[in-house]
Amino acid sequence: MPRIFIDGKEIEAAQGQTVIEAAYANGIQITHFCWHPELTISGNCRMCLVEVGMPKRLPDGNYQNDESGNPVISYFPKLQIACATVVSEGMHIRTKTDSVVHAQEAVMEFFLINHPLDCPICDEAGQCKLQEYAYCHSRGESRFEDEKVHAPKMQSWGPTIMFDAERCIKCSRCIRFAQEIAGQDVLTFVNRGDHVKIELFPGKQFDNPYSMNVIDICPVGALTSKDFRFKSRVWDMSFNDSICPGCARGCNIKIGVRNNEILRIEPRSNPGVNKYWMCDYGRLNTYKNVNDNRITSPMIRWKDGLIQCSWDEAVSKAADLMKKYKPDEIMVLGASRATNEGNYILSKFAREILKTDNIDLISDIDDSFGDDFLKVSDKKPNYKGAFEVGIVPGDSGVSMNNLAENMRFKNIKVLYVMTDLLISHRPLLDELDDLELLIVHAQNNTYLTEKADIIFASSTFAEVEGTFVNIDKRVQHFGPALITAENLRHMGMKMSRLDKFGAPNDRWTQHDLRECLPNWKILMLLAEQFGVKWEYKKANDIFREISANIESFKGMTYELLDEYQGIVLGKADTPAPKINKYVSYVMKPN
Amino acid sequence: MNRIKNTELERLTFWQKIYLPEIVRGMGITLKQVFEPKFTRQYPEEKWTPEGSYRGRPVLVEEEDGERCVACGLCSRVCPALAIEVQAGETDRNKERYPVKFEINMLRCIFCGFCEEVCPEEAIVMSKDYHLVFQSQEDAILGKEKLLVPISKLRDRLEFLRQYK
Repeated sequence: MPRIFIDGKEIEAAQGQTVIEAAYANGIQITHFCWHPELTISGNCRMCLVEVGMPKRLPDGNYQNDESGNPVISYFPKLQIACATVVSEGMHIRTKTDSVVHAQEAVMEFFLINHPLDCPICDEAGQCKLQEYAYCHSRGESRFEDEKVHAPKMQSWGPTIMFDAERCIKCSRCIRFAQEIAGQDVLTFVNRGDHVKIELFPGKQFDNPYSMNVIDICPVGALTSKDFRFKSRVWDMSFNDSICPGCARGCNIKIGVRNNEILRIEPRSNPGVNKYWMCDYGRLNTYKNVNDNRITSPMIRWKDGLIQCSWDEAVSKAADLMKKYKPDEIMVLGASRATNEGNYILSKFAREILKTDNIDLISDIDDSFGDDFLKVSDKKPNYKGAFEVGIVPGDSGVSMNNLAENMRFKNIKVLYVMTDLLISHRPLLDELDDLELLIVHAQNNTYLTEKADIIFASSTFAEVEGTFVNIDKRVQHFGPALITAENLRHMGMKMSRLDKFGAPNDRWTQHDLRECLPNWKILMLLAEQFGVKWEYKKANDIFREISANIESFKGMTYELLDEYQGIVLGKADTPAPKINKYVSYVMKPN
Repeated sequence: MNRIKNTELERLTFWQKIYLPEIVRGMGITLKQVFEPKFTRQYPEEKWTPEGSYRGRPVLVEEEDGERCVACGLCSRVCPALAIEVQAGETDRNKERYPVKFEINMLRCIFCGFCEEVCPEEAIVMSKDYHLVFQSQEDAILGKEKLLVPISKLRDRLEFLRQYK
């Protein structure tokens, strides 16, 4: 393990590590554009130039010391790039000396010569590496007076990406991503000198399922998302941490919100799950159901139609109707789209209050969806978790295997569905008319809500706090990113400036304030109608109970899950060690 | 020992104390003003035209081929009163980006001119318009149709900015 010194700070580096890797592993920033921890080293941006020196040796092989006994360091006369210099024992690195600063300023000046400086138009502004470095490491003005080299703007690279050749600083991160991670080698440099530019192979498109990651790794605004383009400035949005609900991989994400509407989803790095990436499906499709087509308040069936009602009315009606049936006539369906907390309370509700064994879970396996990188065939984010917290049929209970025929023969008269669409289970949908009572916790208007007798408006993943268990049995905690009537006070200060300080007469704050509740709160209200009062105030209270009662969750807390970015079931005592994460830009837009 | 004269009554001279001569003197001043030049303006019949340095209602500059604004949102960000809301959209024009919606809530605006100062395109400037009357809160939210002003009417301000900004 070579010991190196960065600006006098002693660092224990790993053998074979480069200087920049060792620096980032110890939380030291070195300016760079083209280097990315998951990509190969290309060393073409020259932004990471540092002074590198080794202890001076005397002819007899011993180190030469100065008067005070410290080793004399002889620095290389030329600066070295930190991304391609491998560490060795006793290496000294200086990142803040005059020559380094001068080199950074010179490199920045070269980059900005042909950069169009159209930040007012560019979507990257506010989270742009070039902007950030121009602010911190640049001369502040250009000495270049001639006409800039112009290149085509607004080039389409495929269904998801727009390319602006003028803004590109030729770091080649996108080329390397396409080759090494996405495995679709369609990008390359053409031409030479200041006319060099990145082009698609003729007749090809960059359209693989992970294409949009190049937008995140692009250090400038050369690559922008067609889906997000010009929707909002980044500093007008709030970015709260969440977990992608698209499949059981559980990629860590940040949800960009403005005006209480999800505008985009971007990956949040987690070395144990998704590294720095996520798939385009998760980015583009998971947020649509949160923004549109929502059930915004509880509803009950009234003369062939559904009418909106208050929570009190809905739960008392539901309880009155459910009390008429025997426990074994009621079937309860948990949801792998819902959090562990919701499922745990559902299982508790079914077993302790309804006293039924008929409780199960629908899986949603789509083999065409999975691949060998991030996407997995199990399209629900929490299948393992729901199973783990007790959504399993009892010994004599009806399970998913025989539910449809039990419904047909009227053995099951009441179906209680929590946040599931049943779409993946066709036979069940055909039998819905045989039911006497259908109660659903619903987020969107679907086929199921048309048939339902009572609808409880339930909050989506973006509006609740909770935990999901991913395909590798990793328990991951996430918080809400959107405001509902229920979490209004709690969420207030987590929103962007506009959302925070808007008054009712400002038009931008006139978003829907949905009357939906987290699943566990709905069940708590319902339990109260059955005469049982549960004292949960927030999701954390339930998770504490889960970790006290369920063996595999033992020892876990929200704080611990946040600290380790998720812990594998049963490993709360010995979580995998934390890895220092690399963040692409340091200055936060809000 | 000299006692400091503290009360109002003690500070007055004899002639002031007896009051009548002071009334006559006051009337004299009033009478003198009748023959002085008049400064009163008969507003609103008689309107005042401010100089280019005047900070009136913020407006958007409209050129022959449309607005200058590219909806970068900096005015909205810098506005201390959160009066401005911008929603950008995509266009085929050279600048790619234009404001689909640009609204200034004149009830919030404090005429500080920060929006004008921060604007990278010199697209929002403070006009000479000070006559602002609204009959409802909705009226006070000005949209693009009311904000866009032809560049010919804003020459004074643009010239002032060129000199002093």
